[in-house]
Amino acid sequence: MIQAVCIKQVADTETRVKVAADGKALDPAGVTWILNPYDEFALEQALRVREKLGAGEVVVASLGGAGVAATLRNALAMGADRALHLRADAPPPDSLAVARALAAELRPLSPDLVWCGRQAVDGDAAQVGPMLGELLEMPCVTAVAGFELEGRTAVVERDIEGGREVVEVQLPAVITTDKGLNEPRYASLKGIMAAKKKPIEERPAQLGEPSLEVISLALPPPRSPGRVVGQGVEGVQELIRVLRQEAKIL
Amino acid sequence: MSVLVFIEQREGQIRSVSKEALGEGTRLAEKLGGEVVGVCPAASDPGLASLGDAGADRVLLAAHERFGLYDAAGYTRAVCQAAETVKPDVVLFAASAMGKDLAPRVAARLGMGLATDCTALDVEAGRLIATRPVYAGKAIQRVGFRGTPALVSLRPKVFAAVAGAGRRGTVERLPVSDEGSPSGARVRRVVAASSGKVDLTESEIIVSGGRGLRGPENFKIIEELAEALGATVGASRAVVDAGWRPHSDQVGQTGKTVSPKLYVAVGISGAIQHLAGMSSSRCIVAINKDPDAPIFKVADYGLVGDLFEVVPALTEAVRKLNAQHV
Ligand SMILES: Cc1cc2nc3c(=O)[nH]c(=O)nc-3n(C[C@H](O)[C@H](O)[C@H](O)COP(=O)(O)OP(=O)(O)OC[C@H]3O[C@@H](n4cnc5c(N)ncnc54)[C@H](O)[C@@H]3O)c2cc1C
Ligand SMILES: Nc1ncnc2c1ncn2[C@@H]1O[C@H](COP(=O)(O)O)[C@@H](O)[C@H]1O
Repeated sequence: MIQAVCIKQVADTETRVKVAADGKALDPAGVTWILNPYDEFALEQALRVREKLGAGEVVVASLGGAGVAATLRNALAMGADRALHLRADAPPPDSLAVARALAAELRPLSPDLVWCGRQAVDGDAAQVGPMLGELLEMPCVTAVAGFELEGRTAVVERDIEGGREVVEVQLPAVITTDKGLNEPRYASLKGIMAAKKKPIEERPAQLGEPSLEVISLALPPPRSPGRVVGQGVEGVQELIRVLRQEAKIL
Repeated sequence: MSVLVFIEQREGQIRSVSKEALGEGTRLAEKLGGEVVGVCPAASDPGLASLGDAGADRVLLAAHERFGLYDAAGYTRAVCQAAETVKPDVVLFAASAMGKDLAPRVAARLGMGLATDCTALDVEAGRLIATRPVYAGKAIQRVGFRGTPALVSLRPKVFAAVAGAGRRGTVERLPVSDEGSPSGARVRRVVAASSGKVDLTESEIIVSGGRGLRGPENFKIIEELAEALGATVGASRAVVDAGWRPHSDQVGQTGKTVSPKLYVAVGISGAIQHLAGMSSSRCIVAINKDPDAPIFKVADYGLVGDLFEVVPALTEAVRKLNAQHV
């Protein structure tokens, strides 16, 4: 069984956003880079599948600049077998271009399972996974929080408004992962040592024409400053009053 | 210039997020000067003629016995077929569980750009510009599209539905081709959430509890306040990770993004990842015993105090108010 896991390097979720001089992108100065949290669930689940089957290969693929190598190395330390680095110095903010570049590299691998995160927490697009499904002509289930594999059929669960969908999907398939699916492991010392010997293949990403363009990136307008309306139980009547008279909610 | 709107139904009910999308579609069509066309995959007509009042000139019903439950491949085909016949300039989806899943497939199939989870749309020099929060709401991106149709999904509860639009709402059948092979993924069943409660993303009022509650049993006081307010209960990640609440209750960067009319944060410190999910709420109330808690920086109204005293008193006050109103 060949599994591909698409992983993206993103700014740490604690990052205070500063806009770059071009007014269109994040200023990378001082940013700590991490593996997209949703992609940790994807990688963890792929590793579990490989461990359960006792065979197979987990290939991690990432499109991005030189710094991405560190994130790929970390994925190898967690247990992936090899890595593909699709070199693009600035990953486009356009998921379709990214999905096309990933699809071009994944197709020749003939993966049985392609894993993605539900969304990358930088652009919050939540697009690449289902786009890969279309481009690779595989069924795709998104935002999966439960996964069982029985032969060539996976039974997965995903949250929808007011409930859960139980979906049956035939392999090969693309799955995007949500929080709640599993608890991702940390790289062990042994894993970190082993990762040093694992291959990272690098080649230029085949990025076509973008389908979107960023016009501007800006900080959100600040919320108008609020105020403390009171202390303890004595504050309750005042809170009720402002909610009725100022906010006109109650 | 026309606008195509994906109309979502579950169990034969047209979902309100689709009326929000129709509302925005109507506003765009007025600026662009074209018609508003809905497309609805369903097992049978869920009452689409009623959508004239919500802003639809025409609604294409893509009926198929398999379309009772969400069928990603089939719905994708139906929306792409509708796009081929209508030749819209804009296709709108709600950024609901279904819309989030469907829109990227349609975009890939049509080879067109998609802006997801948008909070505003403008037409500038005849061109659609989409505004969307990125970095979990810590920044706002404006994007333009190369080519048409422009594909957009809209954040629930941000765009207003219209009522009494008085458009025709003519229902037409859209034949769905059944490209032979069944899709490789099939929804087996839908398990309803135990309480059948309103989803957080669709709630007008949310009361969320955090680690300040000290234990799952104490969520009773959150539930009581929520009930008095007609609200849905949410939670911080700390309490979800502790197993006090299900993941579907989590608000924040790795949970749900919500924009209710009123968000009450109880015993929640206001970590940046929590704020990411709720700072677009219209009114935020924070109840916390620590006057320096970061949540007070985004709260419109703060109450400093012990939640175990304040919340029951607040619940009581709201109940009294409710009693006066009936
Ligand atoms: C990658 C990543 C993603 C994350 N995603 C999310 C997310 O989606 N959602 C999310 O919420 N968090 C998320 N977090 C976690 C976040 O950083 C915080 O750890 C979490 O939000 C804290 O939850 P809390 O406010 O309930 O707990 P705490 O930070 O422990 O705050 C408890 C608060 O309760 C108050 N309190 C205690 N007792 C009382 C009392 N008796 N009366 C009144 N007040 C009281 C305290 O003053 C304190 O402010 C994420 C973190 C990471 C790293
Ligand atoms: N540059 C990238 N390299 C590798 N995988 C990516 C990249 N961008 C997105 N992905 C994958 O697609 C998922 C969704 O990303 P997005 O559509 O950008 O929100 C991510 O969680 C990753 O699994």
